[in-house]
Amino acid sequence: MGRRISYRDALREALREALQADPRVFLMGEDVGRYGGTYAVSKGLLDEFGPERIRDTPLSELGFVGAGIGAALGGMRPIVEVMTVNFSLLALDPIINTAAMLHHMSGGQFSVPLVIRMATGAGRQVAAQHSNSFEGWYAHVPGLRVLAPATVEDARAMLAPALADPDPVLIFEHAQLYNLEGELPDDGPLTVDIHSARVRRAGTDVSLITFGGCLTKALQAAEQLAAQGISAEVIDLRVLRPLDDATVMASVRKCRRAVVIDEGWRSGSLAAEVMARIAEQAFFDLDAPLARVCSEEVPIPYARHMEEAALPQVPKIVAAVQALLGNTP
Amino acid sequence: MTDFQVPAPPSGPVPWDKAFALAVLSDMLRIRRMEEKAAELYGQQKIRGFLHLYIGEEAVAAGALRALQPADNLVATYREHGHALLRGLGMGAIMAEMYGKQEGCSHGHGGSMHLFNRARRFFGGQAIVGGGLPLAAGLALADKMSGRPALTACFFGEGAVAEGAFHEAMNLAALWQLPVLFCCENNLYAMGTALARSESQTDLCVKAASYGMAAVRVDGMDVVAVHEVVLRAAQQVREQQGPVFVELQTYRFRAHSMFDPELYRDKKEVEAWKTRGPIHTYSARLKTQGSLTEDEFLTLDAAAQAEVEMAVAFAEAGTREPVEDLLRDVHTAQGAATDAHASRGAA
Repeated sequence: MGRRISYRDALREALREALQADPRVFLMGEDVGRYGGTYAVSKGLLDEFGPERIRDTPLSELGFVGAGIGAALGGMRPIVEVMTVNFSLLALDPIINTAAMLHHMSGGQFSVPLVIRMATGAGRQVAAQHSNSFEGWYAHVPGLRVLAPATVEDARAMLAPALADPDPVLIFEHAQLYNLEGELPDDGPLTVDIHSARVRRAGTDVSLITFGGCLTKALQAAEQLAAQGISAEVIDLRVLRPLDDATVMASVRKCRRAVVIDEGWRSGSLAAEVMARIAEQAFFDLDAPLARVCSEEVPIPYARHMEEAALPQVPKIVAAVQALLGNTP
Repeated sequence: MTDFQVPAPPSGPVPWDKAFALAVLSDMLRIRRMEEKAAELYGQQKIRGFLHLYIGEEAVAAGALRALQPADNLVATYREHGHALLRGLGMGAIMAEMYGKQEGCSHGHGGSMHLFNRARRFFGGQAIVGGGLPLAAGLALADKMSGRPALTACFFGEGAVAEGAFHEAMNLAALWQLPVLFCCENNLYAMGTALARSESQTDLCVKAASYGMAAVRVDGMDVVAVHEVVLRAAQQVREQQGPVFVELQTYRFRAHSMFDPELYRDKKEVEAWKTRGPIHTYSARLKTQGSLTEDEFLTLDAAAQAEVEMAVAFAEAGTREPVEDLLRDVHTAQGAATDAHASRGAA
């Protein structure tokens, strides 16, 4: 028997477990303490662990992300929460120029065992400056590991291996997922890896390759396609850097068609990288051109119907698959 | 005489015993001779990339680093050859790093701007202006949280005070009362931009004080004053477990980097500042009080030059990292405990 739990509560359980397990672990970020976390992920942890380890920061992303790197260098295991990916742009310098590069630049002497969590994505009518998806940018950078938990299980279990990683790990939590509910085992250890992609639904006609907030949409599309007699396989990338090519290629070779779904803008997207790899490694196994469903190239609009039109949606995924099958000789 | 007004050269008695006084002189000579050689080797294209010389500013590192303890952390900038050397990185390992050899203190991955040494708690070699300050706050936070009795000394130029990173780190350090010793090396120019052309408030101590932090200014050309002031400031950081800001007013005798044609300052200004040169003014004071003879000076200088020759030989004899290792050290090797990592650069 399992238990139902929300993505948000699963994240909190993981934080609590990490804080209990290792005195070097602490959580730092804007409103993680008294406010209880912008998305209520850290609610209650301040009472349990105190203000030293559930550390509220000023609105100072460059400062506290840099300080997180320093604390990691100094022997701690910080979890830095950046409220959203939009604000992480204020901390791009420490994340990229310091955290990602320090190990190599120092000739392997220093490692940065830092975890940075942040909310990402659109879909809540919070307009352009609060609706970005920059996972693909971070996945561009050597030295980082980039995770996108899209299930309750990954929300619960990815943090432990991320903290055990001696190098910086970025965890992207899609803001639409916090209320997602799922089943977890009642007890016993829950372990997941942070290097492989996962088949979330098996199929034979087309591979739907996605991650994060688009996984739910891809699964819904697969359901609708099944009703039309089309068997879609759904791949959850989970780990955006380094990409698990083997799982992707195995699926593509089986299904011989692929659609990549990515909430990032089309140009230079992670979808583009996945498609390039498929073209490099599995070109002759394809029966149709590769396709993708990405966000339209516009700042995400406020008005509901316009926001919906800008983002990947189930009907767009279904239509892309139908077009592919129509293209099949 | 020149048209440029500079303060009187450092003068007065040196209140140190002879052994310490000469050790400090030796520190400055070692930096000076190493960097003069580096400039020469740059001309010969043995050293490439950016090379930012500290010549003229030696009293800052020499005075300040002798106020630190081995357990302290040190964060520096891309003009860090002197700090690295006096922190105990071998001159050979520094020179080999500038040569891009794998015997270098950063395995040839960093060059002049990215000198590192784990055993000496020397955290670089940070080449984004202001980037070292949040890092220093974090190192101090780790020490504070884990109860490790140490301070973090963070060196940066006055150009960094225009960066957001400066203000964010100052605020965090003061807000959380972190044991950081902020050492602002004010050499008057951020590359080619004079302080008054970039800051509405040119009194840097006022900026620090606005964060509720103790702030003190010292003549950075006077190694005696630097040492005494930084020693007191470090003591204050240790005792109060909170940050202190020290502005060290100094002057760079050479160009910003080897690419800099120095169009932004008058040669006469440089000459005027050279009358305040940290090595000759300090030597003169020691001689005046009978603590130093010319022979002793020449002996120290010869030792520094001999060390430089050995360092160059070490770098020349160094080897190139195999291209097959190109992707090594992007991530920490599997199974390698971070704490067990060997420290480089003891040579």
